[in-house]
Amino acid sequence: MSTQLSTPTDRQSAEALSRSKNEPNWLVDLRGEAAELAGTLEWPKPEKVKIERWNLIAVGSYDQAAPANAITDLPEVVRELVAEGTENLVIQQNSSPVWTQLSAELAAKGVIFTDLETACKEHGDLVKPYLFQAVAKDEDKLTALHAALWNGGVFVYVPRNIEVEIPLQAILFNTKAEASFAPHIVIVAESNSRVTYVDYVVTEPGAVTEPFVYHSVVEVYVKSGAHVRFGSIHHLGGSGVDLTVRRAIIENDGVMEWVLGDLSDGSTLSDTKSVLKGNGSQSDAKVISIGKNAQQMSLTTQAVHFGLRSDSNMVTRAVMKDSASAIINGITKIEKGATKANGVQTEKVLMLSPKARGDANPILLIDEDDVTAGHAASVGQVNPEQVYYLMSRGISKQNAERLVIYGFLAPVVSEIPIDAVREQLEKLLVRKLEG
Amino acid sequence: MATHFVIDGLKAAIEGKEILKGINLEIKGGEIHAIMGPNGTGKSTLASALMGHPKYEVTEGSAFLDGEDLLEMGVDERARAGLFLAMQYPSEIPGVTNSDFLRSAINARREEGSEISLIKFIRQMEGKMKALEMNPEFAHRYLNEGFSGGEKKRNEILQMTLLDPKIVVLDEIDSGLDIDALKIVSKGVNEMRSEDRGFLIITHYQRLLNYITPDFVHVMMQGRIVKSGGPELAERLENEGYDWVKEELGIVDETVGQA
Repeated sequence: MSTQLSTPTDRQSAEALSRSKNEPNWLVDLRGEAAELAGTLEWPKPEKVKIERWNLIAVGSYDQAAPANAITDLPEVVRELVAEGTENLVIQQNSSPVWTQLSAELAAKGVIFTDLETACKEHGDLVKPYLFQAVAKDEDKLTALHAALWNGGVFVYVPRNIEVEIPLQAILFNTKAEASFAPHIVIVAESNSRVTYVDYVVTEPGAVTEPFVYHSVVEVYVKSGAHVRFGSIHHLGGSGVDLTVRRAIIENDGVMEWVLGDLSDGSTLSDTKSVLKGNGSQSDAKVISIGKNAQQMSLTTQAVHFGLRSDSNMVTRAVMKDSASAIINGITKIEKGATKANGVQTEKVLMLSPKARGDANPILLIDEDDVTAGHAASVGQVNPEQVYYLMSRGISKQNAERLVIYGFLAPVVSEIPIDAVREQLEKLLVRKLEG
Repeated sequence: MATHFVIDGLKAAIEGKEILKGINLEIKGGEIHAIMGPNGTGKSTLASALMGHPKYEVTEGSAFLDGEDLLEMGVDERARAGLFLAMQYPSEIPGVTNSDFLRSAINARREEGSEISLIKFIRQMEGKMKALEMNPEFAHRYLNEGFSGGEKKRNEILQMTLLDPKIVVLDEIDSGLDIDALKIVSKGVNEMRSEDRGFLIITHYQRLLNYITPDFVHVMMQGRIVKSGGPELAERLENEGYDWVKEELGIVDETVGQA
């Protein structure tokens, strides 16, 4: 395959698109450079999954949707996700924002919550120092391609000492395969601030049957003493490829919480990393995933410790149905000098069919002596002794298995700190497990 | 109809090895039968085969509960027909709370649309837990996960009291119980004694039978019931052990299916 074919953009067209959207010059340049890099760099190579076999070319073309006049104009899949009475909402349809809303109260406190394209134009000085810093545009072909082509997106900025009580919500959805769908999300939480951000990434059911690629990068900057909760549920259609890279950089005593539901129906690459840069920084990641049909998934959580006494915890639970397969990687890396760091991880896979495949790879890379670290991993099928026990109380086989499966996920689901995310996740779990 | 449970010529094997070599037993409502015997004689196999554990294969014989053929039924159907087995080693099921499990078990016996109301269920469960001196917190803990041996046994009795079975099989319910727990569990069983319920108590210690007085005592060896009698038989076994039975019957090795 020639380079041109495998790279669905080039400098000229990336720059032209950027200019046509009246993006600032620095962003036009960034996109141009990235497009050039995309032509030379390689796709990421996650463990045991050859993503190059996926249809990565179908990134689509920029497709501007008309802004919505009211939430009621949007499809049902979106309406049912909107938190009741919310005043803080960003919605992206295909390549562009269709709704942005921030309460006057938060705006008055200096909070910014809008789509990233608008933020680049209106708050360029604030965005520029962060954009593609946690995730560099030249890491691989995926990040380069994304830097060249990203659209819509979300920008969250919380000033020092400001605590945002209510979750900020984003809904990112697509309605056609040929439209580029590539949000970039940047969250900046200044010192001692606090914010919860929740997004849903979905496909309008039945609307998209041709191949498409969703590529997205999330960058979170947790400054000293700040606390960021990031909840995200992906439920993209089965004809799509979901490529999502998330990264947080956590300063002294900062706290990062990830709550992720990887429930897309197509091939999925999900890579989530916390860089525990500051002393006393903390990260907690909870990932729930369900695979069905012949879907392939590569789910990675990572914690990289630099700070003294930094603390990370990562939990992934996945249920694989049919002939779905998941490679689940947990990487805890403790750098030299990160004394008293603590890193713990657990990956568990439950397989519901003899053709399903699950692989859990816990990896501890430790370059410092004075640390604590632990890992646990398991891959198995529904335990027939458990099913027998439940049935011996009169519960039907189907319900017994259901109890065991939901029980497998419950210890993680029940601890999800954001009520709205937990409730949506529970709904989607039922839909995907029993659908 | 009064409860009537008849086991006739029951043979069962595990992994091709025959363990039960023809069990005959009749239990009527109101009766308590005890099966005693040393380890490895097939007592627990009888319990598992009756319940339908997937590892045990019934090769011959029958078991009828009130005229219904249990062995033709799935495990869940046997339970709904009125059989209850308090297990020696109850499974731990992470993520499923005790109360969710109990409610599912109760509702499995009810028609769709006439499920037990949450309030009524909680009231029932809390009342029974109190009687068994269980910490109310156990309702919200995951089923048997991290329970001590005694807590698991109490939880088995809790299920029995909530599910109101016709035939109760207690498989080594006394193992792992201290004397106080044994008294509480026995009290739970005694309060369940009724004219429409029969009990089969499997144990190799007589001490449980000090608290639950059986009407009939059977001795099991080599996969068969080799001797039956009244409560006095249990007392003699406690005082003299099993050697006299073996001698009387000319049995050298009482175990069955051991490698």
